[in-house]
Amino acid sequence: MPEKGWRELPIGGKILQGGNSVEYETGAWRTYRPVVDKVKCINCMRCWLLCPDSAIYAEGEEMAGYDYMHCKGCGICEEICPVDAIEMVLESEKDKIPADERGIKAVEGAKEEVK
Amino acid sequence: MSKVLPLTGNEAGAEAMRQIAPDVVAAYPITPQTELMHRFADYVADGIVPTELILVESEHSAMSACVGASAAGARVMTATSSQGMALMWEILYIAAALRMPIVMPLVNRALSAPINIHCDHSDSMGARDTGWIQLYCENCQEVYDNVVQAVKIAEARDVLLPVMVCYDGFILSHTVERVEILQDHEVKEFIGPYVADRPLLDLDHPVTYGPLDLQDYYFEHKRQEAEAMRNCKPVIQRVAGEYELLSGRKYGPFDEYFTQDAEHIMVCLGSAAGTAKAAVDELRDAGEKVGLLKLRVFRPFPAEELIAALSHAKGIAVMDRADGVNSIGGPVFSEIRAAVYGHSSAKISNYIYGLGGRDIDIDMMKSVYQDLKDGKYAEQAYYIGVRE
Repeated sequence: MPEKGWRELPIGGKILQGGNSVEYETGAWRTYRPVVDKVKCINCMRCWLLCPDSAIYAEGEEMAGYDYMHCKGCGICEEICPVDAIEMVLESEKDKIPADERGIKAVEGAKEEVK
Repeated sequence: MSKVLPLTGNEAGAEAMRQIAPDVVAAYPITPQTELMHRFADYVADGIVPTELILVESEHSAMSACVGASAAGARVMTATSSQGMALMWEILYIAAALRMPIVMPLVNRALSAPINIHCDHSDSMGARDTGWIQLYCENCQEVYDNVVQAVKIAEARDVLLPVMVCYDGFILSHTVERVEILQDHEVKEFIGPYVADRPLLDLDHPVTYGPLDLQDYYFEHKRQEAEAMRNCKPVIQRVAGEYELLSGRKYGPFDEYFTQDAEHIMVCLGSAAGTAKAAVDELRDAGEKVGLLKLRVFRPFPAEELIAALSHAKGIAVMDRADGVNSIGGPVFSEIRAAVYGHSSAKISNYIYGLGGRDIDIDMMKSVYQDLKDGKYAEQAYYIGVRE
């Protein structure tokens, strides 16, 4: 899409929409990405509470993985998880860890299958 | 039926503000602006105006609150001087670039150091590139008239820039003069209701103010601002025409006082222009062909009009009540000379005067005209009124 000239833009740098910052993929800035072991996870929701980008999904009363479009890899969730269920892994090595598109780690020998 | 009152410049400004009745005023006191806000605060306390008056902790906060209120959709005013203006300096740029039509009486006072509470133009001249429209007043009547007109100029759809109405500290702000006031309803009808452009409080049309711009968009937004300043000139003229119908008083980008056939012309802003007019009167009585150009609109700089008014002169003396400290001279001189370059064979000289409230009298003004007559010019500014 060609960039607009000064005559076509709204004046004063105003963005004539609300809430469209969600369209900006800040996840592209990541060096490390978090992955979560849902067997260890106790769903205390501290990671969800403290994520500065609101990049953790909460479904029902469960921590349901990561929004990698917006997770910047700050590592706060790994730091504050009380049961060490979260691990920061190099973005470049993400394929080495078996995890789904939300960063939920598939753990061998797990009794329950996590979504 | 207009009313004639004895008012100081501050009182005239407060009277205009009362009639404009802005939605929000956020301000902080500083001499010599203080009495303007005292009087306006009295009006608020007495329930005479419905204005939301925010007594903030500093001028930086004052202008920030004004920008926020203006973005929300309010008609906003504030007032300050000197150090107060300097403290809000970063927000001045923001107000202009976000296209907030804020109106601010600016009571000209010298910038520290040394601390000086008296008049010079260093404060407003320092803000000449902020994107604010600047109007200068010769007397208290002009303070009233310019504040009222400023609202209409600022809010014009293809302008939407903030306006500072500059008037000399103490000399005008604290001096009683004869001022003719319009009736309340006349001012109200003249300025009309404020229709904000995409206000934040319009929840049906959500908008974001002040986002980040990177290398790919900042330049375009600044180009828009420059265009808005260029759009001002016809708006200022139109508003002046409408105001003349209401008040009988004529306004333009400048006053031409006996300049049309003058050989030697002085350019001056502010109250000293009045002193210069008295000097012109005396010299004209003695048969000298001299004139005074009193500049009212400094931003946008009326280059075309100035060329037409000045280029016939043999000699021009530009009076600056602020020093550029640039090893050449003052800001008005630089701009006048640049404008006239290539259009005139006039010799142009610069006089720095009146810093820190130093008085300039009729005889001193006459001596400047004498210098012009004697062909006295220099590449650097002369300093008039300073002890060598």
